[in-house]
Amino acid sequence: MSVPSTARPGARLRLAALLGPPMVWLVVAYLGSMAVLLVSAFWSTNTFTGAVVPVYTSGNLLALVTDPLYRDVTLRTLLVALGVTVLDAAVAVPMALYMSRVASPRARVALVVAVTTPLWASYLVKAYAWRVLLSPTGPIAWLTGGHSSGYGIGAVVVTLAYLWLPYMVLPVFAGFDRVPDSLLEASADLGAPMRTTLRRIVAPLVLPAVAAGSIFTFSLSLGDYIAVTIVGGKTQMLGNVIYGQLITANDQPLAAALSLVPLAAIVIYLLAMRRTGALENV
Amino acid sequence: MIRRSPGLRRALLAWTVAGLVLLYVPLALVVLNSFNASRTFGFPPSGFTLRWWIAAAGSSGALQALGTSVLAGLCATAIALVLGTMAAFAVQRFRFFGRRAVSFLVVLPITLPGIVTGIALNATFTSLLGPVGVTLGLGTVIVGHATFCIVIVFNNVAARLRRLGTSFEEASADLGANPWQTFRLVTVPLLRGALVAGALLAFALSFDEIVVTTFTAGPTVQTLPIWIFGNLFRPNQAPVVNVVAAVLTLVAIVPVSLAQRLGGDVAGSRT
Repeated sequence: MSVPSTARPGARLRLAALLGPPMVWLVVAYLGSMAVLLVSAFWSTNTFTGAVVPVYTSGNLLALVTDPLYRDVTLRTLLVALGVTVLDAAVAVPMALYMSRVASPRARVALVVAVTTPLWASYLVKAYAWRVLLSPTGPIAWLTGGHSSGYGIGAVVVTLAYLWLPYMVLPVFAGFDRVPDSLLEASADLGAPMRTTLRRIVAPLVLPAVAAGSIFTFSLSLGDYIAVTIVGGKTQMLGNVIYGQLITANDQPLAAALSLVPLAAIVIYLLAMRRTGALENV
Repeated sequence: MIRRSPGLRRALLAWTVAGLVLLYVPLALVVLNSFNASRTFGFPPSGFTLRWWIAAAGSSGALQALGTSVLAGLCATAIALVLGTMAAFAVQRFRFFGRRAVSFLVVLPITLPGIVTGIALNATFTSLLGPVGVTLGLGTVIVGHATFCIVIVFNNVAARLRRLGTSFEEASADLGANPWQTFRLVTVPLLRGALVAGALLAFALSFDEIVVTTFTAGPTVQTLPIWIFGNLFRPNQAPVVNVVAAVLTLVAIVPVSLAQRLGGDVAGSRT
């Protein structure tokens, strides 16, 4: 057997030595912090000093449910994340179809590199680029004769969609790639026009890949506050409110409680997406 | 199939080209703007100037932030390189209960939004570890960055180990090498490209990160993204911000293209 089985004591020792340090780091630093996050959402702050005191309160979580401000912000954030996801899917699907099914083998490689490279360009700079593009004296205003839509919730959706587009293109491209040619040929041989083949054969097979991409576009949009601050004008999303509570209001427990909202939204979204088989595509 | 329909083929080509133009125009604009002679950066640029580049080279705030970013990036990359490689070996070279859970745990820090990770680390460092003397600073930034950089190294090394299989290592053992010799003389040279690519990409990710950094840095430590964000809304700093943004854009291309050439999993590392 080529792969050492853990049945042999030497192999088990080596595995423990290899796995120990990274697991200790991730469990202590990461999962441990997540546990602190959960617990501290139930802590209170000293009314005079603002210091966190580990005294139980359900007030932070109650505020989430009862305060209409948080309800509105949550709803707005979810809508923005959905809008970004739909926009990215609409742009990415034809691109991925071309890259996978039309482009020559050489062009494919070049296209994957071309889509991937902007992913590594600074996130902050990309958001800033849209601030420049949309500014009242910027290129869009110049091209349209002063009709730039300016900063606001629309700018947030466009900018976030721009930021996360490669995250959608790459899995969908891989999804198109996995569709076997034989199925398409069989469909054509049986007399289906291309439109029917795309709709009845390709679409169901690629849907899990779109769902996989949407996990990124949705999840990354939910927590964003930087791009919103840069192009959103007065728009408030969950990220801004969490940031404000922690940094400006210095209310760490409330910030922790608020950050459970995007966390919960993503867990629910992941569970929903699991039904589509998306998680095997990530 | 689609190749047989010229109309659809052309439409898809046009769409793809438009998509790529959309991806690159904003980046090009940032670089162009750093040479814009106008102080208000109106479009079209009023003239070409190197003035802002010279001003940026003398900006002590930006240079200091650059030094902090490089230091944090190097330390986080070093930690991620060791831990990510160990985890990749464990998952690729052993079969054990909970293997999938290990892969999932490694990927989790970049799947969840940065703000959740950031608040969680902030709560741990200030509320839990604050009383025992931990303060936010460069050290806490490095811990945060290393946590989400592990996956980058892990993905690159695991992909290479999967492709390599175990036949070279078996051949080495059959020829009488002990495990340490095999590791040193066979495995590491075969992995070198993936290790360097993973390190480059991990560094690039750390260099660019702002959200986790914001919540772990405290008021005294400024990385380059934090510096840019802090100066973004100050009109008199706009020229220097433009240059730093242009530098970041151009610098991002270098590690990615290097990693690409080394056969790194550039597309798969972050998805």
